[in-house]
Amino acid sequence: MHNLTIKQMSEKLHAGEITSVQLTQHYLDRIAKYDGELNAYVTVTPELAMEMAKQADERLQNGTAELLTGIPVAHKDIFCTDGVKTSCSSKMLDNFIAPYDAHVVTQLKKVGMPILGKTNMDEFAMGSSSESSYYGPTRNPWDHQAVPGGSSGGAAAVIAAGLAPMATGTDTGGSIRQPAAFCGITGIKPTYGTVSRFGIVAYASSFDQAGPMTRSAEEAAWLLNAMAGFDERDSTSLQRDGADYAAELNQPLNGLKVGVPAEYFGEGLDPQVEKVVRDAIAEIQKQGAEIVEVSLPNKDLAVPSYYVLAPAEASSNLSRFDGVRFGHRCEKPKDLQDLYTRSRAEGFGAEVKRRIMVGAYALSAGFYDAYYLKAQKLRRMVRDDFTRAFEQCDVIMGPVAPTPAFNIGEKTDDPTSMYLADLYTIPVNLAGLPGLSVPAGFVNNRPVGLHIVGPYFSEAKLLNIAHQYQQATDWHKQMPAQYQ
Amino acid sequence: MSLGKTEVEYISRLAAIAVQDGEVDEVAAKLSNILDLFAQMEAADTQGVEPMAHPLDQVQRLRRDVISETDQHEKLQSVAPATSEGLYLVPQVIE
Amino acid sequence: MSWEVVIGLEIHAQLTTNTKIFSGSSIAYGAQPNTQACSIDLGMPGMLPVLNEAVIGKSIRLALALNAEIGKKSVFERKNYFYPDLPKGYQTSQLQYPIVGKGTLEIEVDGVKKIIGVTRAHLEEDAGKSVHGILPGMSGIDLNRAGTPLLEIVSEPDMRSAKEAVAYARKMHELVQYLGICDGNMQEGSFRVDSNVSVRRPGAPLGTRTELKNINSFRFIEKAIEFEIARQIEVLESGGKIVQETRLYDADNDVTRSMRSKEEANDYRYFPCPDLLPVVITDEDIEAVRAQMPELPDAKRARYVAEFGLSDYDAGVLTGSRELAEYFEAVLAATGGKDAKVCANWIMSDLSGALNRAGLSISQSPISAQHLAGMIARIQDNTISGKLAKQVFDAMWSGEGSADDIIASKGLKQITDSGAIEALVEEVLANNPAQVEAYKAGQEKMLGYFVGQIMKASGGQANPGQVNQILKAKLGG
Repeated sequence: MHNLTIKQMSEKLHAGEITSVQLTQHYLDRIAKYDGELNAYVTVTPELAMEMAKQADERLQNGTAELLTGIPVAHKDIFCTDGVKTSCSSKMLDNFIAPYDAHVVTQLKKVGMPILGKTNMDEFAMGSSSESSYYGPTRNPWDHQAVPGGSSGGAAAVIAAGLAPMATGTDTGGSIRQPAAFCGITGIKPTYGTVSRFGIVAYASSFDQAGPMTRSAEEAAWLLNAMAGFDERDSTSLQRDGADYAAELNQPLNGLKVGVPAEYFGEGLDPQVEKVVRDAIAEIQKQGAEIVEVSLPNKDLAVPSYYVLAPAEASSNLSRFDGVRFGHRCEKPKDLQDLYTRSRAEGFGAEVKRRIMVGAYALSAGFYDAYYLKAQKLRRMVRDDFTRAFEQCDVIMGPVAPTPAFNIGEKTDDPTSMYLADLYTIPVNLAGLPGLSVPAGFVNNRPVGLHIVGPYFSEAKLLNIAHQYQQATDWHKQMPAQYQ
Repeated sequence: MSLGKTEVEYISRLAAIAVQDGEVDEVAAKLSNILDLFAQMEAADTQGVEPMAHPLDQVQRLRRDVISETDQHEKLQSVAPATSEGLYLVPQVIE
Repeated sequence: MSWEVVIGLEIHAQLTTNTKIFSGSSIAYGAQPNTQACSIDLGMPGMLPVLNEAVIGKSIRLALALNAEIGKKSVFERKNYFYPDLPKGYQTSQLQYPIVGKGTLEIEVDGVKKIIGVTRAHLEEDAGKSVHGILPGMSGIDLNRAGTPLLEIVSEPDMRSAKEAVAYARKMHELVQYLGICDGNMQEGSFRVDSNVSVRRPGAPLGTRTELKNINSFRFIEKAIEFEIARQIEVLESGGKIVQETRLYDADNDVTRSMRSKEEANDYRYFPCPDLLPVVITDEDIEAVRAQMPELPDAKRARYVAEFGLSDYDAGVLTGSRELAEYFEAVLAATGGKDAKVCANWIMSDLSGALNRAGLSISQSPISAQHLAGMIARIQDNTISGKLAKQVFDAMWSGEGSADDIIASKGLKQITDSGAIEALVEEVLANNPAQVEAYKAGQEKMLGYFVGQIMKASGGQANPGQVNQILKAKLGG
């Protein structure tokens, strides 16, 4: 059953050929069988899943079902889920049973998608490899030596290995697109404000954005339709009435202007990855698109700018983890200061501590102008680069990451080398633009993604391009042999 | 830029994260590496550029002044490390 | 050489909204601990703020009253520090772009008027409270107050004495209540005054200041500042230095004491709150508020003098609170607007006296404005005398109904029938022949004696004017 497309699953569910209970049980069985080696789930919720599956079956029978009713879903462990542990893969929240649902969780519950569990991630979404999880690293289903990417590495791995048909992720600096690329699946980060952040444990508020992680672009469009929507509880939630992200899927690509920035094919890009990406662009060209040279001159300033701003916001967002109202509290604090400093030192892992500390430093007296304010100015320059580029083209294409998935442990000792690998995804978050990763081939049996970035609110166009590409290619249909 | 023990202690206090004596050198080294990355910003000419706090040029939406929350303190305190009589407990606050 | 005193005030006024500044929790005072602290107020993971619209109009009201600049685009920033009553580890406040900019407030001390500059007023969220003595070595945290909307009103260091500081604080206290933006309850902490006090030689740069916090009455604020001025002068004159610190006032001993001094200055790391967007105020928003502005105390006082012919003193007393002024205006309107002085006297003497004795405010008065006006109308149409009116007043205070009800049920109607009065006069004169003789021999003071006797005989109900007139006629005849 896990080899079916979502469309096929939905048709069979609606036709009564299979039930949601059967489908959900099938995935729970696969999780029990395979997740021990992958470590892609932090929490599996069989009882909740089966209960929701039964309710979905009732809806399928009484005719109130929607397209995705009865299709199970796995949530990244950053989405608060009422009554379920929501850990953010941190010791700090190892004991946190969320007392409410994130907006995204509510939305997908309304659709009737049984929750299989919560997926592993980099602690508090800070990382690009899912190695900083308190629960240990997730392995890449294509190669157990490799990382699945991050921070939504667990989500990408469960889709690649067929341990969930659909998954949710979040992307602050590339955390949907890069693991999607590393695991050979499709993932889209929508325009900032498209999906409510309510109930998503915040990393960097002006960057965080949730999105779908699926096998195909068509499936991503459907899941995004269910996740997105105005939420009055999030001040940054946008009102985009009547948006249908699947509406343009079948448009031909004739006349599409694809911008290819020279800066995205420069030093540091693995030549084999470059070939995969250029081949993919050639395929889109073959379908009628026109290639335009564009320039993003401030690309290199994006990484330092992001690594000032996101940690600065994080240093403040994570102050609420103080051992008082929820989360880890140290044993026998001797005074208030001890309660704070020890609870936080014990509850947070090394990378999270580093980002909190560097963020606090960037905001501190004497450094604010040189670091924080400067980074905010660069943020605008990076955004303006995109604005100018989109005067010449409809979308921009390039690599998602400079290399395929690297090995577990390869970069853990050198945080800045890991930061620098985010160079293609980060500019998109600085600007708040939508970006998508679509499977485009392999290098040494490790998947490579094509990065498609568009102007604000161009999700339907990005999904259209990816869908058309997937009509001509089968990279997204491939699965690691051992999980077929 | 290279951080010393004093800076690490200052940052540790700002962040309210204890750094053990044995960890100071490693923390200082890794933070210093990150600050080297920040230093790449220096060369950029940002004269006349407005800082950008937010990706969208939107304005704040307002909420109606109507009570919408009910008492949930029992549920919310079920995840608290230490409470008594509805209060969260902390080591004595000296005022 | 003399010393010059320099004082600036920071006033925290809780806004009278229904809900918190960023959540839909009630801000009602006195609830059980943490029953009005929702997941947003508690800073639970993933929770987000959405701004309460009511705080915007209230801020604009203050700005208009202070003739202040209005921040057309104001920005919320985070002030970062750790404390148990601050659940998120930061206070959402405004720094660079406050909602209210420069303005002024006029005060009067000993008949001298002075303009005090208001630097700014910004919106922010209140913190929770620590409760002590639940368990040994522990404090309890109640976050009901966390997120209550505050306007922090910051003055220029324009005040030169404790008296000026208190006059400013009182004036602001009166103003925010008139504007209906703060209930002004100092005991419950709705209106909190922090004083920054320093002294210097005239013409010298500003001296080091100390901050006096948590004083909940104007009288103690004045005493605390007086003490602090004397202390600073003494320290400086004995060659010492003033340490910048927060000091608490100990009312029992009338001294200020240093709070545990912090080793280093705080580094609050303000930055724009990424969960909130800039707040934009349009000219239409401002005009809509302007159209709803109540008459302000200074304008009201001037009108009472010009329009009603009241003295400055009476006008000042009656406008002492918006409720009192509204009560007065209601009484005056209901009596046809004729006799402002009579209405003012009843309110300022009998009613205020009774309210004071009972410890009640004007809004809790057992006598409604309508009832008081009804009684005054019966004096004006001679149904009752001023003396009878006191009895009616007492009965109304005890809840016995309207003046007309009481006059009817107690038979307090004035005797104005001249035949009946004449009979009374004749009776009294007949019973007191010796006194009549004395009067006729030139002892005119006997007149008062006769009036007293006649009034007594009438049970106090005879019209005193008529009694006088008829008595004089009889004695002269």
